[in-house]
Amino acid sequence: MKRLATLVALVFAVTLQGASAQTLKAVKDRGMLNCGANGTLAGFGLPDAQGKWTGLDVDFCRAIAAAVLNDANKVKFVPLSAKDRFTALQSGEVDVLARNTTWTSSRDTSLGLNFVGVNYYDGQGFMVRKSLKVNSALELNGASVCVQQGTTTELNLADYFGAHKMQLKSVTFATANEAVKAYDAGRCDAYTTDASALYAERLRVTNPEDHVILPEIISKEPLGPVVRHGDDQWYDIVKWTLFAMIDAEELNISSKTLDEAMKSPNPEIKRFVGTEGNYGEQLGLTKDWAVRIIKQVGNYGESFERNVGVSSPLKIERGLNKLWTKGGIQYAPPIR
Amino acid sequence: MPSDLPAQPRPARVAFYNDPKVRSIAYQLILCAVVVFLVFGAARNAVDNLTRAQIASGFGFWNQTAGFDISQTLIEYSPRASTYGRAFWVGLLNTLLVAGIGIVFATIIGFIVGISRLSTNWLLAKVAGGYVEIIRNLPLLLQLLFWYNAVLKALPDIRESIAIPGGVILNNRGFFLPMPVLKGGLGAVELSLLAGVVGAIAFHIWARKRQERTGQRAPVLAVTLLLVIGLPLAVFTLVGRPIGFEFPRVGRFNIAGGIEVLPEFVALLFGLSIYTAAFIAEVVRAGILAVSRGQTEAAYSLGLRPGPALRLIVIPQAMRVIIPPLTSQYLNLTKNSTLAVAIGYPDLVQVFTGTVLNQTGQAVEVVAITMLVYLVISLVTSMLMNIYNSRVALVER
Repeated sequence: MKRLATLVALVFAVTLQGASAQTLKAVKDRGMLNCGANGTLAGFGLPDAQGKWTGLDVDFCRAIAAAVLNDANKVKFVPLSAKDRFTALQSGEVDVLARNTTWTSSRDTSLGLNFVGVNYYDGQGFMVRKSLKVNSALELNGASVCVQQGTTTELNLADYFGAHKMQLKSVTFATANEAVKAYDAGRCDAYTTDASALYAERLRVTNPEDHVILPEIISKEPLGPVVRHGDDQWYDIVKWTLFAMIDAEELNISSKTLDEAMKSPNPEIKRFVGTEGNYGEQLGLTKDWAVRIIKQVGNYGESFERNVGVSSPLKIERGLNKLWTKGGIQYAPPIR
Repeated sequence: MPSDLPAQPRPARVAFYNDPKVRSIAYQLILCAVVVFLVFGAARNAVDNLTRAQIASGFGFWNQTAGFDISQTLIEYSPRASTYGRAFWVGLLNTLLVAGIGIVFATIIGFIVGISRLSTNWLLAKVAGGYVEIIRNLPLLLQLLFWYNAVLKALPDIRESIAIPGGVILNNRGFFLPMPVLKGGLGAVELSLLAGVVGAIAFHIWARKRQERTGQRAPVLAVTLLLVIGLPLAVFTLVGRPIGFEFPRVGRFNIAGGIEVLPEFVALLFGLSIYTAAFIAEVVRAGILAVSRGQTEAAYSLGLRPGPALRLIVIPQAMRVIIPPLTSQYLNLTKNSTLAVAIGYPDLVQVFTGTVLNQTGQAVEVVAITMLVYLVISLVTSMLMNIYNSRVALVER
């Protein structure tokens, strides 16, 4: 009962960890980063049979650990359900939440949290059985839809059906696992979640080729990592970890080309790898903070391809998540 | 004190702090102060912490638009127009529905199994014993998942729905029953029903008085049935059956019209009733065994057959033992209904401490309200059971 734990923490703790602005020190003292992760979503956060975690969000937490602790493996992943994730972060159980979480104004303000940026631009879609012969989400009038609780998805679903004057019968489950299982068992006509997750969940149903993902994307789902409000130093570190991964891709610095980059005369690259300036120290880290991220984890593009891209089992096109220089909208402020 | 004993010297005056009366009052005052201080401190602390962490607090969310859909709503609810407060009532009613029907079912099954276990019929007793031992020793959550998946997997797809004569449709989306639609001219039927009930009660009183006076028995059951069911039915036919049925129709995706019973509800009701019934069966068995064997023998020697002996002699006495633990089982069933969250039934916890908490982020308020609600439900249940208990309790003269 994570919620009860939070309640107890809120009521009895003299001060919340979040309010004390000491996350960096706490992580260094502990020698371990506590990362709130998905745990059931392939491509974003999933442990394999050996307990080794992989995914886009997992890589992001490893990148923070590489920058702060100089070891990408010093991460303790805490699997969280959609509805427990915010309370886990609020109560200090995790230092950062990287769990395909949609950035919305209310989450950014009233929950006492801060979103650091967007590591995946997503949108909500629908999966249906091919045998239903449905070609568009607009044909789903009267359909039963399985959905996970405590998500923006749940709200968008009601919005979309309401806006198109369609009748909705939603069946809500506490976890994505249960929702997919019920959909697979025929309880619902459609399953809805973020499009990226639909591709991952399709791999889990009994006969993936019997299911089709409808073309409509019904919402904006900018997914990003979250930290507690009130610790600006930690907020900066997490934010710039994300920017460093994106900047590295733009500067063509990858885990393979890092050695060449170290010798590069290009001033932008020199600032990135720390041979010029003291940008790492300004963050409260060391000069080579970005180098450690790239060496141990890789840049944004590498992480994307490895976990969700066309060479991964999910086979998702980069689309919106291409760099701004290549027709997408992934863009990071410069390091200087 | 006998007066022939030598007079004892008066005990020395005890200091006030050694006076047991003063002490006990002081202790209670101190305890009260500590409790008040702790509660006040905790509340202050929570408010401070929430403010410092910039987490919204207060009950303003109650009147905000909810924006999410709920699969089973006993009262009018729409995602765009209804508030979080409305969602709370929807969830609460769903909890009360499943708990209320579950208590009735569990009691019926529990009594049957409990009595069967004491039966002289070897097979019946063993089957009842097996039921209790198997059901009681498996975790409820596991049983709920079993029922949910068994119910879902065993039923056909919507396009291969089983149509039961009488307009009932059965598939993996649930049961669909015809919904009665009332037409005009029903007033007479309702009036006759009321008259029937009043008449039946009057007959009951008259029959009991007559039996106490003369020992003659009246056919109470037959007359009651005739008055309560027969009379309204006759009037109903006379005024030309002013009732229609809306039959469920198979649409493209779902069944439209009729009364819909969700598979989540069926699974939860089955799971809770069957699980709690196993405990109630043991309570009933214990209650019956607590009645001395001599009572049964006395009943037999008066010429009563086993059925009436059980009904008139043993059970009324057993009730005194049965009621208090039965109350606990009712409370358990109500509280266990929160496991609905695992199978997607929209009970109070699923709707309110699930979705509403997550959308508003106000853990302290939402969890506090939910705890208060379960406390009230439980206290009301035990109050009702205590009233009943005092009626069946042994009256000492």
